[in-house]
This record gives sequence, C-alpha cells and structure tokens, in this order.
Amino acid sequence: MTTSRPALVSPGASAGSAEPARDARARAAGPGAAPDTAGSQPRSAPAVSMAGALNRALRDAMAADERVLVLGEDVGRLGGVFRVTDGLRAAFGERRCFDTPLAEAGIVGFAVGMAMYGLRPVVELQFDAFAYPAFEQVVSHVAKLGARTGGRVRPSMVLRIPYGGGVGAVEHHSDSSEAYYAHTAGLKVVTPATVTDAYSLLRDAIDDPDPVVFLEPKRLYWSRSPVDLPVRAEPLGQAALRRAGRDVTVVTYGPTVPLALEAAQVAAGYGWDVEVVDLRSIVPFDDDTVVASVRRTGRCVVLHEAQGFAGVGAEIAARVQERCFHSLAAPVLRVTGWDVPYPAPKLEHHHQPSVARILDAFERLQWDDEPDARWLADT
Amino acid sequence: MTTETTGGLGAVVAKLLPSPSPIRFVDDGGEPVDEHGGYRPPPDELLVQAYEAMVLGRRFDAQATALARQGRIAAFPSSVGQEACQAGAALALRPGDWLFPTYRDSGALLSRGVDPLDVLAPVRGHRHCGYDPYAHRCAPMSTPLATQAPHGTGLAVAARWKGTDEVALVLLGDGATSEGDFHEALNFAAVFRAPVVFLVQNNRYAISVPLSQQSAAPSLAYKGIGYGVRAEQVDGNDAVAVLSVLAEAVDHARAGLGPMLVEAHTYRMGPHTSADDPTRYRDEAEVASWRGRDPVERLRAYLRRRGLLDDAAEAAVTARAEALAAGVRAGVAHDAHVAPTDIIDHVYAAAPAFLAEQRAALLSELDAGGEGAR
Ligand SMILES: Cc1ncc(C[n+]2csc(CCOP(=O)(O)OP(=O)(O)O)c2C)c(N)n1
Ligand SMILES: [Mg+2]
Repeated sequence: MTTSRPALVSPGASAGSAEPARDARARAAGPGAAPDTAGSQPRSAPAVSMAGALNRALRDAMAADERVLVLGEDVGRLGGVFRVTDGLRAAFGERRCFDTPLAEAGIVGFAVGMAMYGLRPVVELQFDAFAYPAFEQVVSHVAKLGARTGGRVRPSMVLRIPYGGGVGAVEHHSDSSEAYYAHTAGLKVVTPATVTDAYSLLRDAIDDPDPVVFLEPKRLYWSRSPVDLPVRAEPLGQAALRRAGRDVTVVTYGPTVPLALEAAQVAAGYGWDVEVVDLRSIVPFDDDTVVASVRRTGRCVVLHEAQGFAGVGAEIAARVQERCFHSLAAPVLRVTGWDVPYPAPKLEHHHQPSVARILDAFERLQWDDEPDARWLADT
Repeated sequence: MTTETTGGLGAVVAKLLPSPSPIRFVDDGGEPVDEHGGYRPPPDELLVQAYEAMVLGRRFDAQATALARQGRIAAFPSSVGQEACQAGAALALRPGDWLFPTYRDSGALLSRGVDPLDVLAPVRGHRHCGYDPYAHRCAPMSTPLATQAPHGTGLAVAARWKGTDEVALVLLGDGATSEGDFHEALNFAAVFRAPVVFLVQNNRYAISVPLSQQSAAPSLAYKGIGYGVRAEQVDGNDAVAVLSVLAEAVDHARAGLGPMLVEAHTYRMGPHTSADDPTRYRDEAEVASWRGRDPVERLRAYLRRRGLLDDAAEAAVTARAEALAAGVRAGVAHDAHVAPTDIIDHVYAAAPAFLAEQRAALLSELDAGGEGAR
C-alpha cells in the first residue's frame, strides 16, 4: 500500500503533490498533547498536566458555584483512579465530592434527580467501558429530559469519562465510546486534546445548560504544557486549527490530535502541507471551521482511534461531502481503528491509527487527478 | 402469598436468612470452635488439598505481584488474604461444574487446573482470555463488575434444562453487589430455581471505597432474602468453614433446591492492583489487625494440631509452590507470540467482506514495516 509513496524530500519542496507545498507555517508539534494555542502563554508558566488542569477546573468551578458537586466511584478519599478529583473532598467537604456505591446506572440516575432539583452534578464514570451500565439513564433520561418536558427540565450535568487506548490497559479499559454518545440527540460531546482545553472545556461544560459528555483522553492525562491557569480558549462548540496547511485537512479530536500533528510533520517531508483541525466538540459540530478549511485545501482525511464503521468519522465525512463537494479534489478518507473490539495491550498498536496509516491515506488523495484504483476494480 | 405456607412466612424467612454471625469452624489461632451452625465438617483429605492449593495460590500471587512491580506484566490484582475463598470456590466444584471468576480470582482458576501462564494472559497482555473456557469450564475472568452473575445463572438453567446436575459458581466482590446485574441475577436465579451459587468475597473494599459506604445491609448475605434466595455468611478466612458452607450450597443447588448466596467475610491484604496506593484510604493498623487472621496460617495451624500436616508434607508443598513460581518466571520471560491478525480473526465466526478487507490492509501495513508493525 505504501509502495508508491514519493521519496522523502525536505519540507517545502514539491513532490508527488499537485500543488507545490508551501512554507511550513505551522509550529512544530512535539509528542504528547497538541501545543496549547490559547492566548499567549508565557514560556515561564509552570508545566501543567492534563489531569492537573482538569482537577483545577473542577476546583475553580466548585469554588465559583456551590451547586457544583462531584460524585462517582473512588472520587472522594482516593481522588479518582487518575487523581483528577484529588483533594476536592478535603477542600469542599463530603457533600461536594463523594464516593457512591458501585453502580453506574444508579450514579447517573441519582445525578439526574439532583440536577432536577437545581444542583450541577459532575459525575466521574471510572472508565469508558464502565459507563455502559449507565447507558439507559444517559440515553433515556439525561439526553431526553429537556425535549420530553418541553424544555422545562434541563438536567445540566457533566459526565466525565476517561476514554481511549494507548495506555497498555487490560480489556474494557480502552474503548473509544464517543459514537454512542454523539449519536444520542440531546447530549453535547466534547473532548480536549490540550491542557488548556482540558481546563477551558471542562469549565464550559459545567456552565453549560445542557448535559455534556466530557471525554478525557487517557493517554494524554500526563501530557504537560506550560499553561497559566485559569485560562479560557475557544468556547464549547468551536473547533480549533492546530496547524495551518494548504494541501489537505485532517479533521480529528482528542487523543489523535497529537498523532495528526506528528503525521503532518512527516508529511511535510513528502511535500504535503497538512492542516489539522481539532474539533474539541464533536456535538455540537463546528461545520464552519471544518468546511472553511476543506474548501481551502480541497482534500480531507478524518482521523480517530475508534473503529470506523458508523463512527464519528462517518458523520464528518458525510457533512464534508455534502458541504464541500465542489471543492473536493478527492474522496474524503477515514483513518481509524479497525472494526474490532479493542485488542489486548500487546497488540493495540496494530489497531490504532499510526503515522504510516495516515500517510497511506494522504497518498490516496488523487494528487495526479487519477482516481484511486481500489474503487475501480471490477468486482 | 405465593410462597409455600407450611409453618407460615416466618418459617420460610428463617430458612432463607443467613445465620446471625459468620459460620466458623476454626478460630484465628487455628483452634476448633463450635460456631458452625450445624454445617458438616469437610473431609480431612479436602482440607489438606485446600492447604496445598492455598499455598500455591499465595506463591503464584507473590510471583505475579513481583513481575508486575518489575513492569514485566501489567498491574496485577492480588488475592492475598482471600486464599480460603479462592481454593474453596474451586474445590467445591466437580470437574463438570462451572466457575464464573472475576479479574481477582486467579487463585481459583489455578486451583481449577488452568495453566498459570494462561491465567496471567490478560496481564501478560497478549490475549484477553488465555484459556479455553470449555476445556476448564471456567468463564473468562470478568472485569465489568457483576456482569458474570446473570451469565452463571443462565448457564446453570440451561444445564438443568438439558437434564444434567451441573452447578455454576459465580464469584463476586462486595462492591459488585451494588450493581444492578447482581440483583437481577439473584432474582432470575430464584425465579428459575437455577443451580447456581453466588460467592461474594467481601474483602471490605471496592478499590478505595469501604464496605460502610457500599452498603447499609446488616450483612451482604441479607441481599438474598428479598429475592427468595437462601443465603449464608461465613468467615472467609476460615478455609474449613468456607469449604463446608460451599459444599452445602453446591449440594443445595445440585439437588434442585435453587440458588444460594454465600457471603465470605475476608480482607484484601494487598492493594487493589499493583498500581494502587492503599495508604491513601486505609490505615496500616487496620491491615495489621487482619494479619493475625491469615487464612493460610490458620489452616496450617489447624491441620498441624489435627496431625494432618507434618514437616515433610509442608516441605513438599513448599517445593511445589517454588516450582510453580519458577515456571511462571520462565514462562513470562519470553513473550507469547500472537499474530497481529488475531485482533481481527475472532471477531466474527467468519470475517465479513469489510473486515477481510481490513485484515488485508493490516497485512500490507505489516509488510511495509510501518508503525503498525512495530
Ligand atoms: C461496571 C464496572 N464499574 C467499575 C469498574 C472499575 N472497578 C474495577 S474493580 C472495582 C472495585 C470492585 O470492588 P469489589 O466488587 O469489592 O471487588 P474487589 O476488587 O474488592 O475484589 C471497580 C470500581 C468495573 N470494573 N466495572
Ligand atoms: Mg471488594
């Protein structure tokens, strides 16, 4: 599949690209979280981890509004298995941050009741796959209450869910479950890729009148950036351009944003100037930013770690195709995990999108205006 | 009132309720005590067998914990302190019966004859389940809490309807008894008179959450009564009592008298997994108080007192435990090879076209030596 990839050339040179690649205007992206773009953070700001920024966001939200409370499994004394709620119980007391019995349906249903009474619960569901017992409450009540009651009841709450793989975890600890929530009308679904966004989006989510599923990329929890907290970035619902480029737009979110930036760096060496859009918010979807970018570049690759079939990428590809048809020089391609249950840790890298898999997609973007032979085979 | 009314509701309830304090045969120091509420003492050979299983289980656990600390395997959920329950669960069953374990129940799997390296498969990281569930009649270790409880119930009913006398034993933790699946399983089991036994290892913690915040029930065994499930509570660190009560529960189920819920009072001596820091949520003094109630030491003292264990027998058991540990070390030293395509090959009975296409794509990634091939 990679046989026809053009030889590696230095960034800025033209190779295999219909258009000459432009100067690299984008910042270099290091490993870990995507660079924080909000404001102009002084380089001297202390390095904060994503988990630390989330903790601070909870702390600040609880201090700002006494209706905000944190509940879930092990969030109290332990401070959460990822330490995101560390110190909250000590700071705010047992009615503001508390451990519940071990029952996710109960936790979310209980939070619905509290929200109906005017509180602002922030629920921690311990891992992606352990949120499933709460699915009925989420789908049938959290998501629907607003519509069912003609807008009279708004269960304003945040469901925080650590998600995704890449951390070598045993089974049921690595699911990318965003599509289930994104498909459920009535929920907002957001996911940060930067330390700044971890703080800013969580504050926005807690303030939001609608229920928000807040997906925290596990593999970015310990990524660090120098950020002065508190910090606010684009509002919830708006995407962010993480890298400007002229040849192709990569649309992605959460854990694969750093990967997209890494692939963009490598692609520059092949003469492809890649733009990277970080959605930040899957629902609501920021059509404007995505469409503007794809109209500029004429090519689009959608990237996520979740399996592709009926995934969020399918929705993105459809929207782009509907809105950018006349600007597209190639079909919108998806780079995703395979359509399999998340593999055992030693095999997870075979599942996850890699730089190589992304570059393969770039290569199939019909740079010579030749259709992709794979779609022409007479079957 | 649909319950059989001979003797009235009070008598029915009395038959279902657990004894007011946990069943015990042996006290903390290994002395026999008369707190066994009429349960029959297990045969001596079974006690000796249990002792060996417990020593092997503990050695295996220590080895796995050491490997996890060295980073050779992933975070390991130790069952140190729960050996009486682990061995007891396996030994209560016949080869044709079924075990439904959790992530913490490697000791029970070992005692049931599963290869130690296969028990460790999830933490070795190459497979989610290392053994063939049909070969050992052990379901895959269940991580989503309590979800195995309805499975054990359904299997037990299927076995009964087929006309066999097979029994299923479901292992659970105290925390898991808060999950809806546990309650639904109890209800199904009672309604269908399933030959299933639920053994709740109440080790007093669900990660950091202590029992006092988990449940206000007088004992977790009381969760049976509302469903019409007979229940019992037992000192989970007294192997003699665990074997005795489980034998009764399995017999009860096998005889077609319906399910039974057994709560074993025990203690998780180690961290939740080797990645956990229990000092954040419990006192060392509490842990120390449980050290004096160690199930292995207790059975050992009892067996020696009864003349059922001598130095030679102990030395033989120790040697077998060391051999087991050495085998685990050697086995873990080299990676079990699993083909990358394994992640695709077993998802469907036969890969549909769209997945076959992805398999081909994975193979060509591997050919190209891309990152997928690392
Ligand atoms: C449905 C579900 N929710 C949460 C978890 C995360 N989790 C794993 S073990 C555990 C505590 C379980 O406690 P308990 O049932 O007492 O068993 P123990 O670990 O003490 O053996 C939790 C919360 C899970 N595995 N499954
Ligand atoms: Mg427990």
